Amino acid sequence: MRRSIGAVLTCAAVATAVAGCGSSSSNSGSGSSGGSGGKTATLTWWNNATSGGLLNTWNQAVKAFHAAHPGVVIKNVPIQNEELQNTKEPAALQSGQIADIFQQWGGGREASQIDSGELANLTSVTKSWIGELGARVSAWQVNGQQYGVPYDLHVVGFWYRKDLFQKAGITSPPKTLDELEADDSKLKAAGIVPIAVGSKDMWPDAFWYEYFAIRDCPSATIDQAMKSVSLKATCFTTAAQQLRSFIKTNPFEPGFLGIAAQVGAGSSAGMLGNGKAAMELQGDWEPGTVQPLTSDKNIYNQLGWFPFPSISGGAGTPGAVLGGGDGFSCSTKAGPACAEFLQYIDSVPVQKGVAAAAVGLPANPAASSAITTPGLKTAIAYEKATPYLATYFDVALPVNVGTALDSAAADFFAGQGSDASIQQAVASAASK
Amino acid sequence: MANLQPVRTGGGTTGDAERVAGPAPGDAAEDSVLGLERRRRHPRLGRTGELVLLCGPPLALFILFVLVPIGLAAYHSLFNWVGFAPRTFNGLHNYVVAIEDPVFRSSILHNVIIAVLSVAIQLPVSIGLALLLNRNLKGQAAMRLLIFAPYVVSEAISAVLWLLMLQPGGAVDVAMKAVGLGGLVQLWLGNPHIVLYTMFGVITWKYIGFGIILLLAGLQGIPSELTEAARIDGATSAQVTRHITLPLLGPTIRIWIFLSVIGSFQLFDLVWIMTSGGPANASSTMVTYLIHNGFNSYEFGYGSAVAVILFVICFVFALLYQRFALRRDTAGALTAMAG
Repeated sequence: MRRSIGAVLTCAAVATAVAGCGSSSSNSGSGSSGGSGGKTATLTWWNNATSGGLLNTWNQAVKAFHAAHPGVVIKNVPIQNEELQNTKEPAALQSGQIADIFQQWGGGREASQIDSGELANLTSVTKSWIGELGARVSAWQVNGQQYGVPYDLHVVGFWYRKDLFQKAGITSPPKTLDELEADDSKLKAAGIVPIAVGSKDMWPDAFWYEYFAIRDCPSATIDQAMKSVSLKATCFTTAAQQLRSFIKTNPFEPGFLGIAAQVGAGSSAGMLGNGKAAMELQGDWEPGTVQPLTSDKNIYNQLGWFPFPSISGGAGTPGAVLGGGDGFSCSTKAGPACAEFLQYIDSVPVQKGVAAAAVGLPANPAASSAITTPGLKTAIAYEKATPYLATYFDVALPVNVGTALDSAAADFFAGQGSDASIQQAVASAASK
Repeated sequence: MANLQPVRTGGGTTGDAERVAGPAPGDAAEDSVLGLERRRRHPRLGRTGELVLLCGPPLALFILFVLVPIGLAAYHSLFNWVGFAPRTFNGLHNYVVAIEDPVFRSSILHNVIIAVLSVAIQLPVSIGLALLLNRNLKGQAAMRLLIFAPYVVSEAISAVLWLLMLQPGGAVDVAMKAVGLGGLVQLWLGNPHIVLYTMFGVITWKYIGFGIILLLAGLQGIPSELTEAARIDGATSAQVTRHITLPLLGPTIRIWIFLSVIGSFQLFDLVWIMTSGGPANASSTMVTYLIHNGFNSYEFGYGSAVAVILFVICFVFALLYQRFALRRDTAGALTAMAG
């Protein structure tokens, strides 16, 4: 789940930490109590499901797990996503106060966190069952070792409004970039904003750049670039050139540079939900994000999904998908009950609850039948058939490099920098 | 330390103690005498005890929450550190990177622009409104309340309100079109050339009430005899304002400038919520830069270096301002107290 809703609330706390013309970082991790050994082990669980269907699913999972394992009590502590990711976990890892079970986004962030020595190596304890989840668990591996386990997966693609497409006379979603541009023109002619983008949050801009890169660079080049933390291959420049040409066709809403992705009805997600824009390039969490921002009761059926179009002459692996997921790690203090709980989270009954919460695709493919949202069904079918899934670059890369990439992509959308500036930003962050 | 002056000069002498006991009514004389004896017996201990009791807790808190964090930030700023795990010492490299980064330099410039605009625009407006509100007007209390209200609303709420109102086609645009100013409508938060000034507008709305209340308090302190005397001598309203009110408002204005400049340098919450420093860093401030490149990037060493630079800028400004602008005011205060 990639949400900035509520980020506003963390600001005050962060402000306090840096205010006063001085600087201090203060955070108290909620103490984690031991895992094994005693009669009853209490495991603290930090996750980002602060509301909605996923919170219910987790609460039920906690109860059911306790019923099956009377010696283990899981204490569910939901924490707002950005606060958890940017403040709580780093501070807790620093001070050895990390929860027994905690949210894990995988990739470069996980690799950074491992240096703390607080993350348990789960390779041997998950070996017997993790195969059920398929190849995508590799995004939670570092050097072939499993330090985290996913509970949901994400794919990024185009969400579009069927009614607005119909109004503009578009009969089927575009398959190529040229078709997309032609459809943009049709929508504009019908007085409809073709595509909404939440540039204020930067990462939606990065999605665009990353997809152009995926269409222009073969999968091996992408993998190598993430591994070596360098986007020096020329196809990354080509991607920027093509993105620049695309932005010049003015497909986005007016003032998109100041529009947030998910906060409020005026956000890009809100625009899609309220029929103010026809498309948005977003993750599969989009229906769940859009729904509270609109009064349209039929919104789930109104939204269709299509993959990022192909680019003629692009050297990228055909059908490749950009995505990621959410998972959990265990602290070294948590003991074997943590891995057992993660196994339970990934079992079909709990995974069906995850699927029904419409925040992502269940990590266990056996539970995908529980998905009812039409757009999500299309998305998961495409995801299952994909030959290559690239993790969001800002997650796959080390944290500071990923942040620099997002910033550079946002600058690029604002018309700043050259076609090589995103590559340069990555190189300069990597060398810092 | 100014308030300690009389106590220190008292030095536990009998005369001083008698002065303390002096006003006690006859009934309480015995208690006072006992008190005196106690004081005479342990004059030094009593003085030290008092000092420790009164200054100890605030001093401990100051050291713990101000000096120690500053020291830690300065220490961490010398390392390349993701926040946990081994850190590598890299000397002043973080400072070099920060100072060479054009985004950081433009962030400092944005802070300076906000500070200059605050003094150049907010100050005259605050003084004007304060003078207006200081008169006997109908509904004076209600007007004061209205002007002060934005200051009471939390930063986060103000930011979200303005964020919603400043969306393209939002309340601000609609209101401007309704009064025939549709031609002036801009992409308030989406245009990199406008966004900083939009932010300044919101900051002004938010903080002008504070300035006005401060100045009103200053105006209340000006003895009415002076203005009355000037009027009897035939001074016009403008002359009274120019030669009596404004000079006597000087200390308040100087304090306001101090608070306003420091506040401008620390500007964070409104900007972070409304623009996150964007688009393309056009509204970034030193603190949004710090959060983005420190916390969000897991670059705690680098973030600390930025924090130290911010601290030094504020500290130097505060010292210079105290030395050259506030000296008269504080000197007056000290003299008055000691006398």
